[in-house]
Amino acid sequence: MAGKPKRRQNKILVATGMTKRFSGLVAVDNLDFYIPEGSIASIIGPNGAGKTTFFNCITGFYQIDEGELIFDGNRIDGRSPDQITRSGIARTFQNIRLFNNMSAIENIMVGQEPHLKSTWLGSILGLPSTRREDDDTEERGRELLQFVGLEGKGDMISKNLSYGDQRRLEIGRALASKPKLILLDEPTAGMNPRETIETTGFIRRLRDELGITVVLIEHDMRVVMDISEHITVLDYGRKIAEGLPEEIQNNPDVIEAYLGRGAAASAGKSLAS
Amino acid sequence: MDLSQSRTRQAIITLGLLSGALILFTGAVGMIAAFHEREVVNDFITLGQLVLLITPFIFGYTAANRLGMTGESPTSVIGGGIIIGLLTTLPTTLLLLFNSDEFRFLLDWSLRLAPFVVATAIAWRLHRQNVETFTLIGSWLLAAVLIGIVTFSLALIFEVKGELRSVLVNINRDWVEVVTFDNRKDLMRGIFVFSLASAVAGFVGSLCYYVPRTPRRAMFYGLSVTLLVGAFGETVRLVLQENLERDTLNQLFRRDTLRQNAALGLLVVSTVIGYLWAAFGDRARQGFQNLGGQQRQTTQMIGTVLFVAVLLMLPWLIGRTLSDVAVTIGLFVLMGLGLNIAIGLAGLLDLGYVTNYAVGAYILAVMTSIGPLGLMKGTFSFWMVIPIALLAAMFAGFIFAVPVLRMRGDYLAIATLGFGEIIGKLAISDWLKPLIGGAQGVQAIPKPIFLGTELRNPEQLYYIVLVACLVTLFVSIRLNNSRTGRQWMAIREDEDVATAMGIDTARAKLLAFTLSAATGGVAGAIFAAKVGSVFPNSFTVFISINVLSLIIVGGIASNPGIVVGAVVLIGLPELLREFSDFRFLLYGALLIMMMINRPQGLIPTKIVTHEMRAGVKAKVAAGD
Repeated sequence: MAGKPKRRQNKILVATGMTKRFSGLVAVDNLDFYIPEGSIASIIGPNGAGKTTFFNCITGFYQIDEGELIFDGNRIDGRSPDQITRSGIARTFQNIRLFNNMSAIENIMVGQEPHLKSTWLGSILGLPSTRREDDDTEERGRELLQFVGLEGKGDMISKNLSYGDQRRLEIGRALASKPKLILLDEPTAGMNPRETIETTGFIRRLRDELGITVVLIEHDMRVVMDISEHITVLDYGRKIAEGLPEEIQNNPDVIEAYLGRGAAASAGKSLAS
Repeated sequence: MDLSQSRTRQAIITLGLLSGALILFTGAVGMIAAFHEREVVNDFITLGQLVLLITPFIFGYTAANRLGMTGESPTSVIGGGIIIGLLTTLPTTLLLLFNSDEFRFLLDWSLRLAPFVVATAIAWRLHRQNVETFTLIGSWLLAAVLIGIVTFSLALIFEVKGELRSVLVNINRDWVEVVTFDNRKDLMRGIFVFSLASAVAGFVGSLCYYVPRTPRRAMFYGLSVTLLVGAFGETVRLVLQENLERDTLNQLFRRDTLRQNAALGLLVVSTVIGYLWAAFGDRARQGFQNLGGQQRQTTQMIGTVLFVAVLLMLPWLIGRTLSDVAVTIGLFVLMGLGLNIAIGLAGLLDLGYVTNYAVGAYILAVMTSIGPLGLMKGTFSFWMVIPIALLAAMFAGFIFAVPVLRMRGDYLAIATLGFGEIIGKLAISDWLKPLIGGAQGVQAIPKPIFLGTELRNPEQLYYIVLVACLVTLFVSIRLNNSRTGRQWMAIREDEDVATAMGIDTARAKLLAFTLSAATGGVAGAIFAAKVGSVFPNSFTVFISINVLSLIIVGGIASNPGIVVGAVVLIGLPELLREFSDFRFLLYGALLIMMMINRPQGLIPTKIVTHEMRAGVKAKVAAGD
């Protein structure tokens, strides 16, 4: 376990009674949860537990049916995805969704959208302020590429990057919006053990160096237990447990959700170890 | 061995019959007869005959390539070429026989016998698969009856109508004249000449496979230059007329066609140039790559200066008639550049682009006309109305974009298609008749006046179009490399993610539609001033389709591609009047050919080239 720095535990994101239904199917059911500011938090749960739906609700892709979402002191439910991004939440996707036919640097430049001010008229006229902003955007883009370890690959078309590079570029694109909270949907999916370790370290850097609160959905329990400081467990759209990794590992409800009632008793020990 | 032989035979027969079907079809729609009107080389070959010969040539060459590649012996490759040449004539020959009085009975008999022959063939197939006798007889009867119904009704139609021509309108004397190579009176001789010529063409085509690469390329280059110059003789003459003495010109051309000597000379010269290019072109390109940065820049700059100079002098170089064509091409380039903002950059498939063209044209017409429908009667000049037309078109683009903002892909295309139709109907409606004249349109639109000179000639209007195109080009390049351009590209790539990046997609899409509409309005206004009157039937869906096609043919999102696309799709039909009757037929054929052989367009952008090659692979890698 990484040493957890003692911080003032503000809650950066709070949901109360959050519910999302898809014509009868309740994907997220009356969920109360919070994310401590400056933490690395994980959402776990079996397949179909509603984890990605949960992300989509926070980022405004889905509008929630009931309850409220408070981010950084402001209500964000009911806002559109671009507004939510502008308020400081960035995300990546489970199946990488880069702008495939744009170069890596262009992807990151698009990511900086919330902070750009130049207009189309300024671009046509070539106003000095527009040019300066374009140059700054590109420069900051190069810096971010370096931060995610893609220096020198900025002009490659993003779909030609290797799988791991694409994952990192996607995180870089999310970082470009200077978020306070970043949501990572299975950042280590499809990676080999070495890449997984690299990514874990990288995620820690996001928090330690940039001070961003990180929330991840993850299936790899080693990753989850290694870096999380706060874990929320979902099953059938409900929260079944919440707390520190050690607490979660020993929670009988969690073991049952993962392995079924019968196996719970016997397998509980092995999961805990 | 047996298998490979049967495969070779199959390839030859397929290609031969395909080539034959092509000749038969072009003949039946009247293309061959129409093309016969135009001589490529004086007293030697017409465009119609060229089609008859070039088809077996190309198919012979294709077959030779295919067979040669699989290691067939030269004898069978060249034999294949000859057979393809002969097969090419087969369907046409049959039709010739059916069409003649002496052999008319062949048609009647074959229609009568066809059901039995085909039914027997089917039964024979089944028999070889060991089908029971009872089923065999049953299927024979069924096939015979079904096919019989078709062929007997056909026979009845021909019986009643008398001549074949009354059903197939274009199977007429002119057609017979061309395909028999002027031996209409002696049909057998005609068929013999036709078959011989075609076989020779197929033979030569397959022979080309054995010519080494460099001379072959030189030969193809020389031949195509000569034939193109010949086919566009009229145009070439018009260009030369501006720059050559009449006597010299008459030595090269007889009226509008290339003289034989001139054609031969041109063939030799262009083949030599083609040879030099094929032999040393790669080295020259290599040399250019190796030039130092400074020299390379200089060379590129000289190139640019020359290009601009040619653009500026074009009207003097090509004369009035062709300037008129250049203006038309320019208007379509203008619209292509505009539509490309929506389609190429933002990925919004807009099929109602004609709307903007119509708005621009009608605004200019109504505001400047000195006729009864003119609102201002000369208060406003062309120059004052151009910005108004531009703003009006932008406004129209904006209004039409609002309801379709939520639509994507196909749905967007259909909705915009509908808008285009609505505008057409509005223009011709009684409701707006007091304002824009209904079917009679608006007349008496004065020409633009620049510094006291009335710009009435296409040579002068050309400059207006040129300036408009250059401005649009500048704007679209600036936008492409800007924040706005990146927003559009992001929306094109993945609209959901674009939203998640904080892009206000609705706003960005509105902007794309609005800016894209602007140049359509300008093009419409210039068009109205050029023609001097505006009629609703100028604004059909075909304008939208034309603009879309030229973008596709040129290469999507590629600015040079749009120019080339406009020249090919708009310019060529204007220059070859014979083509214009078959314009949409040829469009369709061209688009299909492009989609199969060169989906990235004639001059693609780098990214698109890449996309086409790696698209499938990338999808798999991304885990979609």
